[in-house]
Amino acid sequence: MNIKSQKDFFSGLFYLVAGGAFAFGATNYNVGTGARMGPGYFPLLLGILLAIIGAFIMFKSLTVETQDGEKIGKWAWKPLFFIIVGNLLFGILLGGLPSIGVPAMGLIVAIFGTTLVVSLAGDTFKLKEVLILSIILSIGSYGAFVKLLNLQFPVWPTFITG
Amino acid sequence: MDLFDNLALGFGVAFTFQNLIYAFVGCLLGTLIGVLPGVGPVATIAMLLPATYALPPVAALIMLAGIYYGAQYGGSTTAILVNLPGEASSVVTMIDGYQMARKGRAGPALAAAGLGSFFAGCVGTLVLAAFAVPLTEVAFKFGPAEYFSLMVLGLIGAVVLASGSLIKAVGMIVLGLLMGLIGTDVNSGVARFSFDIPELTDGVGFIVIAMGVFGYGEIISNLSKPEEDREVFTAKVTGLMPTGEDFKRMVPAVLRGTALGSALGILPGGGALLAAFATYTIEKKTKLQPGEVPFGQGNIRGVAAPESANNAASQTSFIPLLTLGIPPNAVMALMVGAMTIHNIQPGPQVMTSNPELFWGLIASMWIGNAMLIILNLPLIGIWIKLLSVPYRWLFPAIVLFCAIGVYSTNNNTWDIWMVAMFGVVGYTFIKLGMEPAPLLLGFILGPMMEENLRRAMLLSRGDWSVFVTRPLSASLLAMAVLLLIIVALPSIKSKRQEAFVEE
Repeated sequence: MNIKSQKDFFSGLFYLVAGGAFAFGATNYNVGTGARMGPGYFPLLLGILLAIIGAFIMFKSLTVETQDGEKIGKWAWKPLFFIIVGNLLFGILLGGLPSIGVPAMGLIVAIFGTTLVVSLAGDTFKLKEVLILSIILSIGSYGAFVKLLNLQFPVWPTFITG
Repeated sequence: MDLFDNLALGFGVAFTFQNLIYAFVGCLLGTLIGVLPGVGPVATIAMLLPATYALPPVAALIMLAGIYYGAQYGGSTTAILVNLPGEASSVVTMIDGYQMARKGRAGPALAAAGLGSFFAGCVGTLVLAAFAVPLTEVAFKFGPAEYFSLMVLGLIGAVVLASGSLIKAVGMIVLGLLMGLIGTDVNSGVARFSFDIPELTDGVGFIVIAMGVFGYGEIISNLSKPEEDREVFTAKVTGLMPTGEDFKRMVPAVLRGTALGSALGILPGGGALLAAFATYTIEKKTKLQPGEVPFGQGNIRGVAAPESANNAASQTSFIPLLTLGIPPNAVMALMVGAMTIHNIQPGPQVMTSNPELFWGLIASMWIGNAMLIILNLPLIGIWIKLLSVPYRWLFPAIVLFCAIGVYSTNNNTWDIWMVAMFGVVGYTFIKLGMEPAPLLLGFILGPMMEENLRRAMLLSRGDWSVFVTRPLSASLLAMAVLLLIIVALPSIKSKRQEAFVEE
């Protein structure tokens, strides 16, 4: 059997799996009756509905002809990787990972780290530019978020401030 | 007359020094993100939500609202000068606006967009003020069954009017509803789908979803496309004033755009984008006057009409939110979140319990529109300079602000891990052609729908027919079914696809 629309096939599969998982999970809770709905009632209903929708989309993607096969196309692994890693790095540098003994480095270090890594996601990377950008973003964020809005951040590494 | 008393109260609130400043900041930021392609109001409002914790609720909502309608102004600048949609709703403005710029008439095009937006914004605000009271009275007649049916209608309307595949969008809504149920169930106290993770018992933060899906997902998808050659018409913006003939053509277009935009903004799922598309289509159908430039080659009506429409719609889309508590689009869903953060339950009672907030917000929109016309026309030079900022400087800053924003919602790194996950999910959605906006709407409405369904069924002792035997509820559901049938009709279906493909 040929997949007529790749995009639809996989989004249908996504719905089917997600709906099934929610419906299955909902059976762990008290479902109750129509008049007295338990915590499982509505999620079970919606989970089944989503799974049906998913199955329908998959069926359509296998039967209804499309012009170009609606290919998903190449994944942009590079930006995906660097944006997500940059974001995770921000969390690790800012708050540390106490469970494996990584100390909190604070906001400023986190900004430099994140800006550097995230910039790698683009087509052009110029170190000097990125460093200037980091400095501007550090000063701006410190001024706006810490001083002006009074949000609570660890600004400097814990081993310096104690 | 009551309306004037109320508006007077509103202006009293909006004209305090602090609220004027926040309205200005909102409009400024709105214009900024409107001008910059690749940054949308959803991600921006999500980013700034945590920053509004410390503000009084009125100031916070005034600022966030300013970002939304400010973005509609700013978007036109980029559309006209660079031929890129600064904002999704200015896609149609590009067609004639850019052609006008190429012919050296960028000034009049910008002025037409600005003046049209200003007029439409003022009218939209008046419509909002006038409709608010009667609609609120209707809303008080609503029981849980009516609310449930209304939400069904709202969600169906949102997908019918959205672009792309209907059934996939319905799936997105259901997925959103399910995700909204994650966390502690208010009725039984059971933590649902939380996998014993303490952070998940509070549910998934909607800021996390909005930023991950709309912020990171979009950035990754933007970066995967090759950098466009931007041709900015900077030197050619001379003489902002349109000629007398321009005015003669502009005025009826602006009036039509405003009327249609105001009407479409109220509809669930409507809003700025749809309004702009619809008006442009109508303008194109009207007969050209002798000596008029054809559409697609720089007709001033092609700029004035959609820009008025998107601005009018962005004002009137506050109506369902403020009167019924139902968000008609993704931005309004975020506004619901903003109100909840400040302990305001959106719905008909806002007007009576928080009149300063209600009328203050409305009055601030009028002031905001006045600020925007000043920001956008005389100060156009600043925004043009900003257009030369390359995207490679922007996206690290956006990622950073998203990360800072999610961290500060709970001062917890957990949300940062979650936003990373939703970034991947968001990019997957884009790759698979799944529209993310319905997801956010469903997510916000999920708990409300469940609550009203439970109450309605409890009152009817488990009888499902309550939704069709109560006349108000039945007519709301009938409208939803009718919408689905109309869209599924083959002739409409092809027209609908055409409308979203056509530029």
